[in-house]
Amino acid sequence: MKRIAAAALVNGLLTAGAVLTLMPFLWMISASLMPTGEASAIPPRFLPSHVTTEHYRVLLTRLALGRHVVVSLGLAGTITVLGLAVNVMAGYAFGKLPFAGKERIFQVLLAALVIPAQVSMLPLFLMLKALGLVNTFAGVVIPGLASVFGIFLIRQHAREIPDSILDAARVDGASELTIFRTIALRLLTPILVTLALFSFMGAWNDFLWPLVVLTDDRLYTLPVALANLVGEHVQETELMMAGSVVTVLPVVLLFVALQRYYVAGLTAGGVKG
Amino acid sequence: MLPERSRAGWVLVAPALAAIGLFFAVPVLAALALSFTDFDIYALADLDRLRVVGLANYQRLLHDPRFWIALRNTSYFVFVGGPLSVAVSLGAALTLDARTARWKPFFRTVFVLPVVTTLVAVAVVWRYLYHPRVGLLNHVLGWVGVPPVDWLGDPRFAMPAIIVLAIWKNFGFNTLIFLAGLQAIPPRLFEAARLDGAGAWQTFRAVTLPMLAPTFVLVAVLTLAGYFQLFAEPYVMTQGGPGSSTLSVVLLMYEQGFRWWNLGYAAAVAFVLFAIIVAFTGLDRLARRFAAPRQPAVAQHGPGERS
Repeated sequence: MKRIAAAALVNGLLTAGAVLTLMPFLWMISASLMPTGEASAIPPRFLPSHVTTEHYRVLLTRLALGRHVVVSLGLAGTITVLGLAVNVMAGYAFGKLPFAGKERIFQVLLAALVIPAQVSMLPLFLMLKALGLVNTFAGVVIPGLASVFGIFLIRQHAREIPDSILDAARVDGASELTIFRTIALRLLTPILVTLALFSFMGAWNDFLWPLVVLTDDRLYTLPVALANLVGEHVQETELMMAGSVVTVLPVVLLFVALQRYYVAGLTAGGVKG
Repeated sequence: MLPERSRAGWVLVAPALAAIGLFFAVPVLAALALSFTDFDIYALADLDRLRVVGLANYQRLLHDPRFWIALRNTSYFVFVGGPLSVAVSLGAALTLDARTARWKPFFRTVFVLPVVTTLVAVAVVWRYLYHPRVGLLNHVLGWVGVPPVDWLGDPRFAMPAIIVLAIWKNFGFNTLIFLAGLQAIPPRLFEAARLDGAGAWQTFRAVTLPMLAPTFVLVAVLTLAGYFQLFAEPYVMTQGGPGSSTLSVVLLMYEQGFRWWNLGYAAAVAFVLFAIIVAFTGLDRLARRFAAPRQPAVAQHGPGERS
């Protein structure tokens, strides 16, 4: 009897938590499909009287939000691919290759994690301005390339590659770079997916830096464009909800499809010991 | 040390080190230098106008009422919102970890969903949920007899409203870390407690809590450090208002630096925030501990990636 009551309590709590967590998303989706004005009706409606996609059409045609979707996809994709290349090479080297000063350099990198990104932001803006990179896509990408977190994640996994595999390839006369390309990359594939997922989501969701470095509203990333849109269309609840759906949908789908890699990044490479 | 491997090592780390050096280390040092100058919109147009002013920016900061308001608001967010958020995460993790819990993967996915979404987009959604007249929240609270509250328009409620949004957005991340910590506790400890006749509460006190302590420290430090950097929530929902009640330190830095182009002053704000974070969280000690071999290692991935 006591056991049944405990089970009911636990599952009741989880269900209540899930309802509270999902409620804003469900209302967002529902409101985005309501006819104009219905989302601000009194008393509030939970479901549309009839489903309409007019707000999505307005977003994509009159407000040309499609442009910003493409910008965000392109930038997040570029940051993911370039960042992955840079961080995987470094992570493997820190994990598996002996070079002078390795430990010292790695400790300095970890210590740098303490410094909040905002500290570097002001001079970085001036540097990019001097280089003519303010208000360009390169200006958005550049600070996102190398990530200490990414290097750390790869290093933890590279250390677990057995030396015997690498040594066997060395005996066969393979060069170190060939071993990295053909053996290490293959063995590291699962954690590469994890890192790619984190990079893409981080880049897609980033707000402050694109807001600072992009001044031309045609170049805005989706979150910056959305924040801008609220200013002009704050009364049009249904339209704003459609914009929010478009903004979160890609990362939500990506997460649901690849969530075991997300969890693996936090648990296996994350808290160890 | 074999020369070929050493060379390959350097070749492979070079791009990352160059990028971090050029686009992080140099700007951080430059920010320190910048904070000792009067770099403003005139210097932006013509560098000859730049003067070194020593500690004047830091002195000005100490006498700037808006800085103290921002610091007070940020502290409120950190020291009320932070512990609440950790408590919710711990509660969610313990409930999910309970033996009687069902559909665990489903609940876990749901709890993490807000973490991966775009802060700007969900802040827009919450802005409407908080609407005093037509918002869903006041409507639902009305069912239990709570009179309507102007969540984002009343200086008393604006910061609590932002805290609720932040907890909703972030708790799933720490829940995952706590879950990993719970699952790392050796089952034999629970077995031993059971053989000794310990009840559920005694087991929790004597086994679960002490074994979870390192995870708890990690979560607390990362959460506080992240919460000190509050920016996008007030930027999107309240623009720091009403009446500066949600002005945060990073929002002040953003306004000073990128709206009024007082880059020297903004750099001083950024450094003071950095010093406060280190002082309050001991983040540097944590980083050093994790840098040592065979210690628990930390994956620092701020939810929302320091938006």
